Amino acid sequence: MIRFDGVTKQFPDGTTAVDDLSLTAPTGKITVLVGPSGCGKTTSLRMVNRMIEPTRGGISLDGQDTGRMDAAELRRGIGYVIQHAGLFPHRTVLDNIGTVPRLLGWDKKKVKDRSRELLEVVGLDPKLGNRYPTQLSGGQQQRVGVARALAADPPVMLMDEPFSAVDPIVRDQLQDEFLRLQDELGKTIVFVTHDIDEAIKLGDQVAVLRVGGTLAQVAEPQYLLAHPADDFVADFVGKDRGYRALQFEHAPRLTLHSEPSVVVGETPSSRASWLLVVDDDRTPLGWVEPARVGDRPVASEDLHRGGTVARASGSLRGALDAALSSPARRGVLVDNDGVLVGTVRAHEVLTAIEETERPERDEDDPVHGGAMDVSGERG
Amino acid sequence: MDWFLANWPRVIDLAGSHLYLSGVPLVVGLVLSVPLGWAAVRWRASYPAIITSSGLLYTIPSLALFIVMPLILGTRILDPFNVLAAMTVYTLALLVRTVADGLSAVPDHVEQAATAMGYGGLRRLFGVQLPLAVPVIASGLRVASVSNVSIVSVASLIGVSQLGDLLIDGYQRVIYGELLTGILACVVLALALDRLIVLGARLLTPWQTAGGGAA
Ligand SMILES: Nc1ncnc2c1ncn2[C@@H]1O[C@H](COP(=O)(O)OP(=O)(O)O)[C@@H](O)[C@H]1O
Ligand SMILES: [Mg+2]
Repeated sequence: MIRFDGVTKQFPDGTTAVDDLSLTAPTGKITVLVGPSGCGKTTSLRMVNRMIEPTRGGISLDGQDTGRMDAAELRRGIGYVIQHAGLFPHRTVLDNIGTVPRLLGWDKKKVKDRSRELLEVVGLDPKLGNRYPTQLSGGQQQRVGVARALAADPPVMLMDEPFSAVDPIVRDQLQDEFLRLQDELGKTIVFVTHDIDEAIKLGDQVAVLRVGGTLAQVAEPQYLLAHPADDFVADFVGKDRGYRALQFEHAPRLTLHSEPSVVVGETPSSRASWLLVVDDDRTPLGWVEPARVGDRPVASEDLHRGGTVARASGSLRGALDAALSSPARRGVLVDNDGVLVGTVRAHEVLTAIEETERPERDEDDPVHGGAMDVSGERG
Repeated sequence: MDWFLANWPRVIDLAGSHLYLSGVPLVVGLVLSVPLGWAAVRWRASYPAIITSSGLLYTIPSLALFIVMPLILGTRILDPFNVLAAMTVYTLALLVRTVADGLSAVPDHVEQAATAMGYGGLRRLFGVQLPLAVPVIASGLRVASVSNVSIVSVASLIGVSQLGDLLIDGYQRVIYGELLTGILACVVLALALDRLIVLGARLLTPWQTAGGGAA
């Protein structure tokens, strides 16, 4: 657990970067600091490992005041990832990853083994281990940055816009893998971003800061979307917050319809206007119009691929999108292995949405009302 | 050419002294300029003082410095150590700024990453900053090596032998062959030192020559 207690940072030139910030980042959870550029996110993060010293207030790690610890020792116990990875250009990928273990005095063999292991953990080809950072793509560098931060298995990780310098597709992929990794590792993470979508996707808890370094609101993402504390937060989380909140609502109430389908390569027998095409494993591939195909086998060129596919155990947002994007107006749902389970229509998803409960608003404390407590539960 | 063929053992001998008198100060000057350059970067307030005063040393005429050295060091007038010390001063004058520039050129995000990983003091200097400053320092070293090879010939005037002897003798006695040999030998020596530095820098910076761009 990381606890900010009335933390203020004023730089010598008079800029107040962070103003009286009180916040708890619960153990094993991802707390995201989000806000416009210059609102003090980086400054807040760097006060945790004392790259910047607070002017007032204090930060504690599991109840211990960081101000009393040896700074270099404190830092070796905290993983740190930054934008553009900040890799050492003169070290190979493996040597970069082994940086902190080496500083901690591990023996050479152990450092090497651990570095190799981490290369795999972050999904990089072992062959890349002997390359230099300039020989990697941006996404690969970012993965090395994460591996380096994880090397000594620190319980706490600080991440400063780690994915913002890569293109959107790679970013999405890195985010998904990051969440999967966190599921396994359960680190206490403070994650900084200026991107509210990223904050909502990754955060167990999201803290919105405003310029001047004050905390506007801290809450679990669905609470934030449902009950923005003020106009600033409402604006920042965006106009389509109602739609986005759906991503936290799971879809168990949906009644699914069974959907006739044809295996690709076979001739459709149905004369429906749209027919779903699946592969041999019953994984949906797309829709066809049997009238156009006629009496020949369905080929992959016949497929209309516009419809999205949602997981039946996923969010209402996914189910609604599947229904809205389907040319047949029937949203395709699959199980966790990607096998077709049925379809659902948009109005049925909407009915389910209307039946969901919104997180209850805490009238007494609009700013901290939706925040997590120390144990990571709703406070 | 004839002159060289008749006198080559002496030329080789003088070239050896020349190399010794210009090369050793190069190494010593480099070693001394690292802490000074580091201090200038580490304590920004000291930067102007350190850089300006070391730079000014280069403006002292070499003959004056050769002559003053025995007074400062308490050595004998003809002691080659005077020349070594003076050349070290010139090397230092050129390299302190170079080292400071090289250290400040380490990218900010790399410095921050180093801090965040818990790098401090000497480990940071030798593990991160100096290796990354090698290309800049090497370019300064190349300038200093040429400068040393050229300045050290003046030492003939105070009786310390090296290739400069050929220049002075050749000029006074109007022996063009000797004059030409002296000049060529200096050029060859300067080029050889230069190649050596380039090669050394390349060996120390394998990441700069690692083939292929981003995958
Ligand atoms: N070393 C510094 N000296 C003076 N002002 C600074 C310094 N570092 C950051 N600031 C200022 O503090 C504010 C917050 O900066 P920062 O924490 O980097 O914001 P963010 O990461 O949210 O973009 C900005 O106004 C910035 O200009
Ligand atoms: Mg920032």
